[in-house]
Amino acid sequence: MTDLKAQIIEQLNLQEVTPESIGDDQPLFSKEGLGLDSIDALELIVLLKQHYNISITNPEEGPKIFQSVRTMAEYITANQTVKA
Amino acid sequence: MNSELAYITGSVVIAEHQVLKNGELLWEQDRNADLNAFLRAAYDQFSGHYPKFHKMDALSKLGWLAAEVLLKDIDNSAFQPEETGLLLSNRSSSLDTDVKYFETVKEFASPALFVYTLPNIVMGEISIRHGFKGENTFFVSERFDAELMSAYATQLLATTPLKRCLCGWVEVMDQQYETAMFLVSNEPTAQPLTAGNLNAIYQIK
Repeated sequence: MTDLKAQIIEQLNLQEVTPESIGDDQPLFSKEGLGLDSIDALELIVLLKQHYNISITNPEEGPKIFQSVRTMAEYITANQTVKA
Repeated sequence: MNSELAYITGSVVIAEHQVLKNGELLWEQDRNADLNAFLRAAYDQFSGHYPKFHKMDALSKLGWLAAEVLLKDIDNSAFQPEETGLLLSNRSSSLDTDVKYFETVKEFASPALFVYTLPNIVMGEISIRHGFKGENTFFVSERFDAELMSAYATQLLATTPLKRCLCGWVEVMDQQYETAMFLVSNEPTAQPLTAGNLNAIYQIK
């Protein structure tokens, strides 16, 4: 999950955040968590496609997939086909 | 069309890796530094604790920084959100970011870059930071048009609910950039809002 955290930081240009400061179960989109916004959500979709060749076909899955780094990692593990 | 009904209450010029406020040099960096490195250093110097800054394009960073310096130590609570407007202009519109966005389209179009492919986004970033909800307008012209800027701002202050206005020039293209931002209001100062006074400040650098 450390690699995924580093990829999120790079993709979203979170210059004042370190992988160590992101909790595995920390909410990504609440103010108590990382406080990401709707544009960040689109960038996370790009990240999944670029790094893991995963396309999200059902938008309703988004909130569940992007709940935390752990839920993202679980989704990647379950759906990864070819790793870039 | 210029009148002395409006006045310049403050100014910030950022160019050649120097930051001047009301004509005085506040801070400077090595002129060989990359623009992004300069903007980051200026952010660390004058602000910090605003992570959204790092997601902005260079145009928004530059305008945001100028507003940050210009409005420092000014009590915004004396004004309603609708009483502060923005009136900015530049030469290259958002072309600097448009080109960068176009490069990403060839593979994965970047949503984060796409949202900055309009020049007026810089006014949105400034408004979000300071809670402004007043009228705003962005002009694109070959050069800084002090006549237009002074006349338009004077008109806004005379005929709309605005009590003050941030106006000026915010230009970025590749490594070339410059900004001259002015705070103008109806509050009398020693500097009436005239084209001559705006040009005198703009040409400090």
